[in-house]
Amino acid sequence: MSDAGSADRFEHGEFEDEDDKREQEHGRPEPQEGHGGPGGPDGPANGGTVQDPDRTPRIPMPRASVEDSGRPLPAPADLGGPTPAPLDLEHRVLTSLLGAWALAACSPEETEAVEAHLGECGRCADEALRLRDAVGLLHPPESLDLDPALRTRVLDGCLDRRPPRIPVPEWAAPYDAETARLDALLQDIGATEWHTPVDLRWFDGQSPATRRTTVAGVIAHLLSVDGLVALALGLDDPLGDTVAESPTPGARTEAYWRTAHLPPSRSLRTPWREQTHDLVRTVSFAGGDSGSARLAVSYGDFELPLHDAMVDRAFECWVHAEDIADAVDYPYEPPAPRHLHRMIDLAARVLPTALDQRRRTGHSAQQPPTDRPGRGLRLEIEGSGGGEWVIPLDSAAGVGSVEHEVAHVALDGVEFCRLAAGHVPPAEAAVGQVGDKEAIRDVLFAAASLSRL
Amino acid sequence: MAKKDAPPRWDRKMQQRLARGEAAALGELYDRFASLVHGLAHRVLGDERAADGITREVFAHVWEHPESYDPKQGPLRSWVATLTHRLAVQRLRATETAALAQDAGGTTEELERRVRRASVAARADYIVQSMPTPLRAALELAYFQRRDYRQTAADLGVTEDEARRRLRLGLQLLSTAHDAGAPGAPPGYGGAA
Repeated sequence: MSDAGSADRFEHGEFEDEDDKREQEHGRPEPQEGHGGPGGPDGPANGGTVQDPDRTPRIPMPRASVEDSGRPLPAPADLGGPTPAPLDLEHRVLTSLLGAWALAACSPEETEAVEAHLGECGRCADEALRLRDAVGLLHPPESLDLDPALRTRVLDGCLDRRPPRIPVPEWAAPYDAETARLDALLQDIGATEWHTPVDLRWFDGQSPATRRTTVAGVIAHLLSVDGLVALALGLDDPLGDTVAESPTPGARTEAYWRTAHLPPSRSLRTPWREQTHDLVRTVSFAGGDSGSARLAVSYGDFELPLHDAMVDRAFECWVHAEDIADAVDYPYEPPAPRHLHRMIDLAARVLPTALDQRRRTGHSAQQPPTDRPGRGLRLEIEGSGGGEWVIPLDSAAGVGSVEHEVAHVALDGVEFCRLAAGHVPPAEAAVGQVGDKEAIRDVLFAAASLSRL
Repeated sequence: MAKKDAPPRWDRKMQQRLARGEAAALGELYDRFASLVHGLAHRVLGDERAADGITREVFAHVWEHPESYDPKQGPLRSWVATLTHRLAVQRLRATETAALAQDAGGTTEELERRVRRASVAARADYIVQSMPTPLRAALELAYFQRRDYRQTAADLGVTEDEARRRLRLGLQLLSTAHDAGAPGAPPGYGGAA
């Protein structure tokens, strides 16, 4: 029942208002419906109510007294002492108790008083019956765990039947799907789980690094970094007036965490989700193969074309969704194969730049041998979403022709992504390998160094 | 994701975007209503795959005929719920009728009773989900957590009077699930009228 929908026509008090009005006018329920005409149990006390002369007064139901009910009479001794006198409640109070009575949520004395009243007042008896029937309609909420794959099936089915005039670009589909999967997870977790600690892990070039935050802190991180794409598209910056030390993912995240008035909480779900929807909508308009698809998204110290940035954000969304899922002990599957393939492809394409970076920062001992240009490493990714990529080892731009394959590595697609996310140390990645050991080591370390906060 | 009191503006924009053929709008529509649609269909049909099928039908219908929703007639959410209800009950009746034809065991009356019971249960779910949060919270405490109304009042930080009021009003709303309405417009999905 966590899904609080719009109130629709069920405005607060719609039903009660009628009742209140009646009670204001007559001081009690309409007499022809109640059984307490003049002389009835509550008639004299009420006074002043004029009976409709055209209606034959109905004979009051006999009061079901305890003597007639077959229940044992209380022994006189029981009645002595501090035993409370039978409750003598006003009609207004008895009526207000009907809901609680139907739910068995009154005290025994009140229950007794209500039930005695029901024998006398037909209108209350009718309502009581209706409310008790309604209790039977309360069910524990059905588990709302929708199969995330259903979303893709339903949407694809729709788009087959009526092709969209403004499609979501292929390269934005992984982001659309991954954000929907993460949102489904967020819908299912309780408010307190948003504060579960999460260790964000990455590989800083030489060794694993971690930063502790919470589930909500992870969402703040995704919100801040997705904001780089929002900025490139001319949308609002989720950081608002907050100034980050530098326009990098890490600095933006730290700035967001630092300046939040309160610790990040469940309330972040809405702004995060709205931004993801805004991004998908905007790139659909901007994303024709001409125009803005070639727009560059700045990450501070490097840039990615919009279509790559959207794949990168999909990848990050999955990786951090897994972090969250691990923290709250929730099952989480890898992305759909065709989306996984795009993520792997992006990593494979930026690997040469990362290799070059490692060489220039002295992290790699290897210098490209000038006498043997065009070396390459064959990266074979197994499993669904996999494929083969040849990684140029000696050309930063990744465009150099590969004349010599000096090594061949094979690993599972999900394992490769965990490596690229900095979740598996390069030395421990389960890799099948043949060929130049140094080259392989360099590529695995370069893959791990693609990760960041 | 449900937002309380989503402005009708969202409904109108959504309809325009769907009519324009914007695939991103279809995704947002799904994200907002899939739980509702699937949950109602599942309550009526009691079967995961059948509920998946109804979910596909409902979204396909909205995507193919966005103009059949008139924002003036009420919230999109009610309209989607009504559509789901109609399709799910249709499916249930068809399945049960087929089963009846094969097996001499049941009667048409029993079939109608089963269909009616499923239909009321689905409306009740919708009413609970759509009622104002304070009412739903009170019902949850009193019914699922077996708190009496005084404890409910304390848990919610309201007066005992208010707790009694909420429980009664919540059940009054819920009881409208039994009301039969005009054919094709199941009641309980407020705003359809």
